[in-house]
Amino acid sequence: MRVQRPTLAVWKFASCDGCQLTLLDCEDALLALADTIRIAHFPEASSARVEGPWDLSLVEGSITTPEDAERIREIRRASRHLVTIGACATSGGIQALRNFADVEAFTRQVYARPDWIQTLATSDPIAAHVPVDFELRGCPIDKGQLLEVINAFLYGRRPQIPASSVCEECKRAGHVCVMVAHGTPCLGPVTQAGCGALCPGCHRGCYGCFGPKETPNAPALSAQLAQLGMDQGQLLRVYRTFNANANPFREESLRHESDPDH
Amino acid sequence: MSQTRTIEVNALARVEGEGALYVRTEGEQVAEVKLKIYEPPRFFEGFLIGRDFREAPDITARICGICPVAYQMGASQAMEQVCGVTLDPALEDLRRLIYCGEWIESHGLHVFMLHLPDFLGYPDGITMARDHPELVRNALRIKKIGNALMRLVGGREVHPVNLKVGGFYRAPTQAEVAALREDLAWGLEASAEALDFLAGLEFPDFEMDYEFVSLVHPDEYPILHGRLGSSSGIDAPVEDYDRIFTETHVIHSNALHSHLSDSGRPACLGPMARFALNRDRLTPRAAALAEKAGLGAVCRNPFKSILVRMVEIAFAFEEALRLVDAYQAPSRPAVDMTPRAGTGYGATEAPRGICYHRYTLDEAGIIRDAKIVAPTSVNQPSIEADLHGFVQAHLDLPDDQLRHRCEQAIRNYDPCISCATHFLDLTVERG
Ligand code: SF4
Ligand code: SF4
Repeated sequence: MRVQRPTLAVWKFASCDGCQLTLLDCEDALLALADTIRIAHFPEASSARVEGPWDLSLVEGSITTPEDAERIREIRRASRHLVTIGACATSGGIQALRNFADVEAFTRQVYARPDWIQTLATSDPIAAHVPVDFELRGCPIDKGQLLEVINAFLYGRRPQIPASSVCEECKRAGHVCVMVAHGTPCLGPVTQAGCGALCPGCHRGCYGCFGPKETPNAPALSAQLAQLGMDQGQLLRVYRTFNANANPFREESLRHESDPDH
Repeated sequence: MSQTRTIEVNALARVEGEGALYVRTEGEQVAEVKLKIYEPPRFFEGFLIGRDFREAPDITARICGICPVAYQMGASQAMEQVCGVTLDPALEDLRRLIYCGEWIESHGLHVFMLHLPDFLGYPDGITMARDHPELVRNALRIKKIGNALMRLVGGREVHPVNLKVGGFYRAPTQAEVAALREDLAWGLEASAEALDFLAGLEFPDFEMDYEFVSLVHPDEYPILHGRLGSSSGIDAPVEDYDRIFTETHVIHSNALHSHLSDSGRPACLGPMARFALNRDRLTPRAAALAEKAGLGAVCRNPFKSILVRMVEIAFAFEEALRLVDAYQAPSRPAVDMTPRAGTGYGATEAPRGICYHRYTLDEAGIIRDAKIVAPTSVNQPSIEADLHGFVQAHLDLPDDQLRHRCEQAIRNYDPCISCATHFLDLTVERG
């Protein structure tokens, strides 16, 4: 008798599709994966659909509408494991910049008929609405890490995803520290590892696309960045990008908002 | 009494983003066609206001994971225009090179994994691979080479980290670039073979009288530069975009619709438009392949857009080879930028057609106004017109076949709904 292959479902909420695309970009590994798992729901890649429940759901995107808040609850109910992929799903994404603004005013400014638009005041991470089994960081996520997470869940083990900082990856890669050597502002010390220190590899400072690492000391870094010449407005904005709503970045940006010099 | 018939698809598959389709016929007439776009808006133009001009490429990249380079380039061009800076020719070449990578990667994904399964009767590329292993293996390798090009020049395939206003953070070395040559040469041959195969597919007999719009450049097949041109004779600088197109908000779409202001007609952007308006500036091999595939001077059958996309993949390989062979590491990776106040424009040929940007900066380089129009936003009315025309001509088909054909008619455009909903015109009123 043939053993039933575990089922995989991929879901999209407010996002750019880049994290799902990372799965398609796995190319050969994806074809190999399709032998061990059954891709049961992946509308961006397939018109075939298998009804739930699903063994593993990968969720991309953030919650920004009342319907989506309901949809994620249904998906959660029908998924044995639920893993969020990418900054949108784990923190609310770049669209969470609305959390710092008046979204009604945004809609009024953008649409001729704001009454046709249904939107929530905030862009929320998935975990604000349902329990999540694992959060994979990055804007976008890293291919190798994605395959590791999928395999870990299929074989019932904990994913091996380090919670260290980009700084540590940078040293391991043998890059010269852009901050020490060139005075280039860099979020590496407070950003979670995972990308392989891509930006310092391009002689550029990290801009935090993997979000805050565990217990970052953002105020200390901000002091250093200020010494390199960043003003309050720049300090506020540097934390306010793709992971603006992730707590340590959020708090640090707010600290520079309230600064009387700003 | 006339009979009402509805064709509905509640969640379109194999398109980028979330959309639905609704068609209603009354007797022998198509009464209503709607491409519904319910993907939630993300308000990009809203939160660009107040950001530094140098932040725009990284922020706008996140509009679309499939064509981030289009956004990074359009934003950079507009900022460079405001600052009065022209890029060194070597840096322009490097931009063209990475853009070739994006065309290969994006077109490759669509042609083989999203569009071809329609023609061969599979739900997806992965299932198709069981019966056509070599075809899919080659397809994935083509796409992979596009990604490798993105990674080499951009540092990463999705949301490249190495692009900036003024150029690049780090220019690749000659040896790094040369290492790609063999793969690119393979890609060109593989594209020729794939095109032979695709040319043998069966296509529905259907043509539309399109108004094609694309960038037109006197010396090259357009990617990063050119004037706005059209099949009815528009010839205008990019700065005239807002005059040429009018946008409207319709109830069934979270992406604004665009029409040509003069005629009120829909415009068709993308591969078929570029091909129609620039065919004689294709690279020699790509031009010969187009001829061999039976594409005449113009292709008006939207189902055949798969052939045009494949020709463009071959073109991108051929062009990348030329750029790689001529490559010498530029003397500097970027031009220095000093902000100044003003309005700047950018427009490039994203895989799906013209992607337009306009920004106004203050003297400190802070963005005060932003407008971005994605090609799919402009293509929406054209898609609806195709659906209308196709259904009207094929009312005899049973519902499920008609529904399938309608889905295919939408996929002909490789619509990127995620892109389309991120672009909303934003006018800020300041007291
Ligand atoms: S996290 Fe970044 S790459 Fe992933 S879907 Fe969101 S915007 Fe796109
Ligand atoms: S270095 Fe930082 S910004 Fe760059 S890719 Fe890595 S995490 Fe993202």
